[in-house]
Amino acid sequence: MKNTMPSATQLPDLPELPVPAARGRAARLRSALRHYGPPALIMLIALGLWELVVRLAHIPEYLLPAPSQVAADLAADWPVLAPALLVTLWEVLLGFVIAAVAGVALAVLLHLSPVARRAVYPLLIGSQTVPIIVLAPILVIMLGYGIAPKLVIVALICFFPIVVNGIDGLRSVDPELILMMRTLDASRWAILRRVEFPAALPTIFSGLRIAATFAAIGAVFGEWSGSSQGLGYVMLAATPNLLTARIFAAIVLLTAVALVLFGVVSLLERICAPWAARRSIRD
Amino acid sequence: MTSGTGDGTALAIDLAGVGKAFGGLTALAGIHLSMPRRSRTAIVGPSGGGKTTLLRIIAGLVEPDTGLVRVEGVTAARQRLGRCALMPQRDLLLPWRTALDNAAIALENRGVGRAEARRRTHPLFERFGLAGFERARPAELSGGMRQRVSFLRTLMADKGVLLLDEPFGALDSITRAQLQEWLRAAMDAVPPTVVLVTHDVEEALLLGQRVVVLSRRPGRVVTVLTGADGFRGSRRQIVTSPEFVSLKEQALAVIGS
Repeated sequence: MKNTMPSATQLPDLPELPVPAARGRAARLRSALRHYGPPALIMLIALGLWELVVRLAHIPEYLLPAPSQVAADLAADWPVLAPALLVTLWEVLLGFVIAAVAGVALAVLLHLSPVARRAVYPLLIGSQTVPIIVLAPILVIMLGYGIAPKLVIVALICFFPIVVNGIDGLRSVDPELILMMRTLDASRWAILRRVEFPAALPTIFSGLRIAATFAAIGAVFGEWSGSSQGLGYVMLAATPNLLTARIFAAIVLLTAVALVLFGVVSLLERICAPWAARRSIRD
Repeated sequence: MTSGTGDGTALAIDLAGVGKAFGGLTALAGIHLSMPRRSRTAIVGPSGGGKTTLLRIIAGLVEPDTGLVRVEGVTAARQRLGRCALMPQRDLLLPWRTALDNAAIALENRGVGRAEARRRTHPLFERFGLAGFERARPAELSGGMRQRVSFLRTLMADKGVLLLDEPFGALDSITRAQLQEWLRAAMDAVPPTVVLVTHDVEEALLLGQRVVVLSRRPGRVVTVLTGADGFRGSRRQIVTSPEFVSLKEQALAVIGS
């Protein structure tokens, strides 16, 4: 031990600031390659095999188009696909936002009121046993051919994972944190706002990410049940004409919609809950 | 100052026959203790001896099964809660707040705006040797610094009674020794009544004017010793002095029996 003891208010307590190592461009590229290289490679191999099988076996395009044919159709049918993409994108985004707002609000409500939780939670679980997709035709009858039934279906599909993750996240807060806050004059609202909600954010975002992958499915089922536009409608219209490449092109775009939504949610998480994102990046 | 009087009692905390059981386990039995205003009491006892429960009972977070608790003249749990601030064993800083905003949270809870809360907390940051780390996130601070932020957060609640639950239990022994010395000095400048719980006899003697020794479960007051509060000198000089060593032997003999 040192001879001079530190004085009361100036402890030589060395800060352990984690200095982010200045990483060069090459190192960053290597890390990106390590991350995205393997899945990209497998994707390329799969597409190559698909192309090869279709060409060698002379499979007709209406049965199974090769990736190159799908790509060609994507370009050729763009005037048909682009407006359909916009319609579906809008349904997905709007339905998702409705589900996110309603889902998080309900989660907070059920968290604050144990009575409401006991009353509503079993119904919420029970509602999941109803295949929402079969509700689509009924909703079309009730709400017409417009955007409304699609929004309802997208929102219904997205709602459940958001609510359940929201409740779990709000409930998993360290109880000692809440005791500590209570001795620091925190009201119920202050505890929710300053401790529970921020602590639940990473879990809420997990729910949002799951919901983001479901949203596009909801929009397609809504369109299949009755509509005259959107990617689902394009697929439906292409089927009797055996325009298989166009169906595949629509699927590619639907996947892109889901991926973009997933990416936006992940980005929002990093902005809203950077402390949690930092942890998950290290994994 | 919230420890202002007017209730006609010189006692900050008065426990009369306090007992608490969880299920079939008796955590505390017949605790009689009184602590004068601005006194510093260390409670030492074996792990699982109901020390944390005792602090929570004083704070009004838990109600005892038997006995009466009076804190600065009030007995209702809700009112006790208004007069005590608790520093938990783990620092429990909020990772989404900066060090300064963590320390200022009690002010915000009372409705003070964030900018004003920061302005009022900032001077103490320097006094606590935390200057320059106002904007650091808890994850960027060392364990010792986090505990100091946690202590400051408790202090900023401006309560008459500070309850410290094994504040240095999670730290390595060197940091722990530094912080004990630091807290000794910091408490001299602090108006409130302090109750500190620990399982470390040396820490109890160093930081308490009185040291209450609790027994193994069910927790009872075995004896009350005088701490090394009045001892002068550095921590090392104190803990190696014959007087301190004999105090420590005394305490250990009581606990061991």
